[in-house]
Amino acid sequence: MTEESIRLEVARYRPGQDEEPVLVPYEVPLRPDWAVLDGLAYVKDRLDGTLSFRWSCRMGICGSCGMTVNGEPRLTCGTFLTEYGTGPVRVEPLKGFPVIRDLVVDIEDFLAKLSSVRPWLVREGEEPPLTTEYAQTPAQLDAYKQYSMCVNCMLCYSACPVYVLDPDFLGPAAIALAQRYNLDSRDMDDRFDVLGHEDAVWGCTFVGECTNACPKHVDPAEAIQRYKLTAALRSVLPWSRR
Amino acid sequence: MTGAYVPRRDRLWFTRSRRYALFVLRELTSVFVAWAVAYLLLMIAALAGGGYDGFVALARQPWMIAVNGVALAATGFHALTFLNLAPKATVVRLDGWRVPAWMIQGGNHSAWLLVSAILAYVVLRSP
Repeated sequence: MTEESIRLEVARYRPGQDEEPVLVPYEVPLRPDWAVLDGLAYVKDRLDGTLSFRWSCRMGICGSCGMTVNGEPRLTCGTFLTEYGTGPVRVEPLKGFPVIRDLVVDIEDFLAKLSSVRPWLVREGEEPPLTTEYAQTPAQLDAYKQYSMCVNCMLCYSACPVYVLDPDFLGPAAIALAQRYNLDSRDMDDRFDVLGHEDAVWGCTFVGECTNACPKHVDPAEAIQRYKLTAALRSVLPWSRR
Repeated sequence: MTGAYVPRRDRLWFTRSRRYALFVLRELTSVFVAWAVAYLLLMIAALAGGGYDGFVALARQPWMIAVNGVALAATGFHALTFLNLAPKATVVRLDGWRVPAWMIQGGNHSAWLLVSAILAYVVLRSP
């Protein structure tokens, strides 16, 4: 019996060879348990070994395999080929990022933004090594846990028209990560110097697509709007920290 | 980075998805919200300055009725979508229990309807 197949239209960009990405069609087996990432792996293993894409865990944890699938930013390991009927399935690199090759985008700008929000517990008046335990109640954990689920997949950046139009915008994941620490009872910073200006929370026009795109239900749009209130209060009441 | 392809800016980005289009529509309806405020201020100025009959004559012009009809629909859409977004900015916890978004939305819509009903009563009641 002939196995059913589906067409993948994969964006290829080979520096020095292509002026801009071009869609190249590949026929891959259509199996119920195959994600788009499996289709790409099939292309690389069986049809064209020069295809480049990022992947690692294949279970929605590492955040490496984010791509644009039929126009939507998706984790390709969690997006199944059967969702697209008989196809074709268009696979392109994440929007908003420079393309290094094929489906691989340059994430340096994103990494710089992530580290700029001081994504660690900031303590004041204590010298390392810190040996004290800081216990938390379940309610204190619950206050930030949602934001700690981010896997840095960058789908929210790709879905955000503000970031795509203005790459200086700090972006959803970095602000959500900052809020993850701001809302942590052990943290003593409020990151106002990084978050409270026009390229950060005030750059957000509340499109809300970051939340729709997030595969881990982090809700970056909520994090940003909540910090807008914090920043507004901080501006009016400069002595208030949290 | 050498050789990296930087996509051109997509000036028609808001046409690429229905949700983007709805967002832009929500933002554009702000113009009509501003118009509604300006119209209200003009009416108050006419009442205070004695030119109310002229204002009423202007308000009865068909084009003005059409503009205000569109403004009413646009401000209604703006208010609905704005209030629907409120739970994103307002996280309410009651003794550790997080109030769900639909309750915050419902509370906002109920308050809006209540204020509208009171205003309608004040404006439309017989003298």
